[in-house]
Amino acid sequence: MADPLLRVKDLVRRFGGITATDHVTLDVAQGELHAIIGPNGAGKTTLISQLTGHLMPDSGSIFLGGEDISRLAAWRRSALGLARSFQITSLLMDFTAADNVALAAQAHHGHSFSFWRNARRESGLRQAAQAALERVGLGHRADVLVSRLSHGEQRELELAVALATKPQLLLLDEPMAGLGVTESARMVKLLQELRKEVTIVLVEHDMDAVFALADRISVLVYGRVIASDVPAAIRQNEEVKRAYLGDQHVVTAHV
Amino acid sequence: MKHSFDARTAVTVLLVAALLLLPLYSQLSGNVFALTLFTRIVILALAAASLNLIMGYGGMMSFGHAAYLGIGGYAVGILAQEGIGSGFIQWPVALAASALYALVIGALSLRTRGVYFIMITLAFAQMAYYVASGLARYGGDDGLTVYKRSDFAGLINLSNRTQFYYLCLACLFGVVFLIWRIVNSRFGMVVQGLRSNEQRMQAIGFPAKRYKLVCFVISGTMCGLAGALLANNTDFVSPAVMYWTRSGDLMVMVILGGMGTLFGPVIGAVVYLVLEEMLSRVTEYWALIMGPLLLLIVLFGRGGIMGLLGRFSRG
Repeated sequence: MADPLLRVKDLVRRFGGITATDHVTLDVAQGELHAIIGPNGAGKTTLISQLTGHLMPDSGSIFLGGEDISRLAAWRRSALGLARSFQITSLLMDFTAADNVALAAQAHHGHSFSFWRNARRESGLRQAAQAALERVGLGHRADVLVSRLSHGEQRELELAVALATKPQLLLLDEPMAGLGVTESARMVKLLQELRKEVTIVLVEHDMDAVFALADRISVLVYGRVIASDVPAAIRQNEEVKRAYLGDQHVVTAHV
Repeated sequence: MKHSFDARTAVTVLLVAALLLLPLYSQLSGNVFALTLFTRIVILALAAASLNLIMGYGGMMSFGHAAYLGIGGYAVGILAQEGIGSGFIQWPVALAASALYALVIGALSLRTRGVYFIMITLAFAQMAYYVASGLARYGGDDGLTVYKRSDFAGLINLSNRTQFYYLCLACLFGVVFLIWRIVNSRFGMVVQGLRSNEQRMQAIGFPAKRYKLVCFVISGTMCGLAGALLANNTDFVSPAVMYWTRSGDLMVMVILGGMGTLFGPVIGAVVYLVLEEMLSRVTEYWALIMGPLLLLIVLFGRGGIMGLLGRFSRG
């Protein structure tokens, strides 16, 4: 049997007395859309940040395609095909949408110690950028400054930037955060398209979206994975129901 | 675009023309002082432009940029003192020494950011200042007189005021042109991206520190050139050129003219130094007028003079 694309083993990260990631073990198979859910403060973003290298784990290991990446810097992981979107939109606000995506393409297309040629005239980069923008439905907004895009458009741009790095694995940290109903629906549709091409780890609060999209769901509570299974099994899981006691209806409503 | 009149371009063109024609004016009017003043302005504009590369485009607030003026200057002064008068040796040494200093200081300083980066670059420049003060063989505190300007084997005579002025101006325009190419290149896009959002740039696969360090070294090397010119201009180099107030002057020029704009630092240097000259003629307490004036421009013209002009053209 093939190795999983992403394997997380016994990952631990503490902040002072709090164990934000508590011996997390997780496998994500190639081609899978793996959702991570959990109440606020369960350590979802902390986990994602360790996967991308923005935060180093105290112990445990992370493998991408069989390679140990636990200690690699963020930019190296990106080179290996790991891309992320941020929970709180994190873009180059004073650049245009096209520039944002073109830079992502540039990072994975030759080196950037080129001091003379005008980068905005490199047709290869511009075409890659335009293609990624079209992919998320922002083709017509290419030359708009990011700070002038709507929140929904910025969320879509986050995705386009991640796509432009040609990732094997896409880590999406609450792509639906702050989106309205129609925007959310568009995002779900978009993700349904993308999942055909790329393995996705999705952290999301929107349970409708999660249950509509996920092949597997891992439930994180107080930094621990209490269940990792197909959606139908997660719905039935007693421990999950208990953990979600306050929002029990959120999970059971879909039974 | 659709503007029939773009104030920024107009002012830039006027400035370039004025700088080019200045020796002619000086000759015709017999005003030698104008040429002397503007030679100094052009050299410091070059230093400010180099600072703008890291500060304006790269977001690295270096408060120790005057160190390169000293390093470039001392390279020329010390070699001249030791009997090596050729500019073909002096100037490459000045540039190489500045680049090396930038490499070491940058590698250490770029571990920090924000206020800490400002403080550590300041600390290193002050260290350079004290090291220069301790160079007993080369004048120590009193500085070092450069008895003979750099010799370029008859190619150009640096002792001729006009020739020297045009050399400085060519260096300034050359550096501004180079910066223009750099900021629009792949490398420049990365550096500006890092200014905007370093975390994002790391996430899409750029090793941030490497790019920042290279940018820091390029900027320092350019400023080392200004240092070599300055020592030739004053026939003298002393630790005072590295003092922190001089670094502050350079920062003010950049902010005044407009950070992250190509000609902003040049305009900033001209306005700052001409104002200083004029006000100091009126009163000994010129700083009392200069201070509030700068404050007003920075407060109301976010983006400096270039920012003001930009808004003006948009109407």
